[in-house]
Amino acid sequence: MEKLNKVNSKFVVLPNENLDTDQIIPSRFLKATTREAFGDNLFRDWRYDLEGKMIEDFVLNNDNSDAEILVAGKNFGCGSSREHAAWAIFDYGFRVVISSFYADIFKSNALNNGLLPVQVSEDFLAQIFAAQEANADEIINVDLETQTVSIASTGAQENFEINGYKKDCLLNGFDDIDYLINIKEEIIAFENAR
Amino acid sequence: MSAKTIFEKIWDSHVVKSIPDGPDVLYIDKHLIHEVTTPQAFEGLKNRGLPVFRKEHILATTDHNIPTKDQHLPIKEALSRKQVEALRENCKEHDIELFDLGHKNQGIIHVIGPQLGVTQPGRTIVCGDSHTSTHGALGAIAFGIGTSEVEQVFATQCVLQPRPKSMRVEVNGVLSKGVTSKDIILHIISKISTSGGTGYFVEYCGTAVEGLSMEARMTICNMSIEMGARGGIIAPDQITFDYLEGREFSPKGAEWDSEVARWKALCTDAGATYDKTHIFKAEDIEPYITYGTNPSMGISITGNVPTLDSIEDESERNAMEKALDYMALEGGQELLGKEVDYVFIGSCTNSRIEDLRAAAAIIKGKQKADNITAWIVPGSKDVERLAQEEGLDKIFADAGFELREPGCSACLGMNEDKVPRGKYCVSTSNRNFEGRQGPGSRTFLASPLTAAATAITGKITDVRTLMN
Ligand code: SF4
Repeated sequence: MEKLNKVNSKFVVLPNENLDTDQIIPSRFLKATTREAFGDNLFRDWRYDLEGKMIEDFVLNNDNSDAEILVAGKNFGCGSSREHAAWAIFDYGFRVVISSFYADIFKSNALNNGLLPVQVSEDFLAQIFAAQEANADEIINVDLETQTVSIASTGAQENFEINGYKKDCLLNGFDDIDYLINIKEEIIAFENAR
Repeated sequence: MSAKTIFEKIWDSHVVKSIPDGPDVLYIDKHLIHEVTTPQAFEGLKNRGLPVFRKEHILATTDHNIPTKDQHLPIKEALSRKQVEALRENCKEHDIELFDLGHKNQGIIHVIGPQLGVTQPGRTIVCGDSHTSTHGALGAIAFGIGTSEVEQVFATQCVLQPRPKSMRVEVNGVLSKGVTSKDIILHIISKISTSGGTGYFVEYCGTAVEGLSMEARMTICNMSIEMGARGGIIAPDQITFDYLEGREFSPKGAEWDSEVARWKALCTDAGATYDKTHIFKAEDIEPYITYGTNPSMGISITGNVPTLDSIEDESERNAMEKALDYMALEGGQELLGKEVDYVFIGSCTNSRIEDLRAAAAIIKGKQKADNITAWIVPGSKDVERLAQEEGLDKIFADAGFELREPGCSACLGMNEDKVPRGKYCVSTSNRNFEGRQGPGSRTFLASPLTAAATAITGKITDVRTLMN
């Protein structure tokens, strides 16, 4: 897993609430047997029409910003457990998602792939939306070490929660699986004691 | 000792260790796998040079990405075939038993787990699939996981999980005629919202839940994830034990007796507390149907679609507008009498033998309407076999319904069975997201009774008008 600490970047806004994983990556793109190239199909059915023509006014189609941050309405990532949703967002180039609420499975999938889900208040989310309306080139600064997220031009800042274990994993690029393999003896002892 | 919920008892007995300021290391009893969410996990194992740690705890089948016609022939679609073949190769390489196409135990993973007796009270069960919550109906802790976690379970038989909060959902009273467990859960989700359960593990109880059959309980637990919950659980009782007794992987003989005694002790202690409680009255629940693009957008079948003016919150109103636009519906309109194009009776929510029996009771001696394409897709080979033995296949065929072969089918628009763009489908599945049943498809979620009644009249129908 890639390490992550500070991300200072422009951002893409999708204000929709309850953005489900079927929208993030439609099921017909889950046939792959490797983790590569899911970014091409991120929000596929919102980016392209029936004939495969680009839908011009969808934000990701007007995005030359190299944004590493995706900002979305509340309850982001609800629906299926497909990790492909996190892979698609990461592969597209995002490293942080900001929303006011996340579905559980999406959140753990994101964290397992070096994608940081930052949960902010409804009010701060509205400030981010407004900041981008005012200036399309607005920058957001995310600092995992200090657990802060701020809007560059206004200086508005909020703290976000993340448990200490997951924070360490992201800062150091460790996977959960590394942790589990290291405690295999304890797992075997647990089995034997049952 | 303090009073504990069934969830706490099972969870606590599976914690290998708790990481300070982090998740618990949870031991997993049964790992269910299918073709879609495993290839990258097997690849990960290979890259790390790791073996599968406990292959005997894995139940494997093919369900999502398979055709439901001519299953004896090679899969036509190249990518689907490749994915199924990858599962075959991986199972072979790791010596995992696979209930593949044509095998008598094949079927949707959440249908075969309970049916085979692999799902048992007190167990922890995971699968790379969000509807793993289904298995909670038998008194297990069961939840969906991502592919990285599938890899963790392959490698160590454990996952790292933060302990969820607890929610109690009580449904008391007696259900009216024509109302099923699908209507109960659609009703609950419409009240709790699509995210109201996020962060929680739900225990369903109350007299109405206790009165349900095992299969009807599975329908409720199946849709727990649609309100965001990590999972749902129902305390095991005599109905659970009667269901499990004699199944292929159920305990036998003296072991059966001691296991039943152990299972009985799992039930929530008097005085145990929950972080949140919701109480519903069965009498308030009518046949339910969704009108929008998430499962919480539902109404009683005799009701009207909400008007936009009735929604105060601006972002909710925008979401509603978008949903109605996608569904080509007007705020305030009735759904009763709306013509539809497809009826799909299937999916891990409602494809068990009871669902097929209930549908057959409505369909028997009648004809489907000309405007309807009607698919009935059994959840497993076993359900298919029972349907044939009981003559349900004949009832369906006489009425113009197509009884297909077992699989996820039109639930998710991944295999060949898709609802075409712009067409309406009354579906017994669990998700009505945009494009879920195929790009541009429009889904109304409902019970098998409502679906069967709609197929007969060609229009969204209150099944009670067809029952005597
Ligand atoms: S039937 Fe539908 S919801 Fe159930 S496992 Fe298959 S795709 Fe998922």
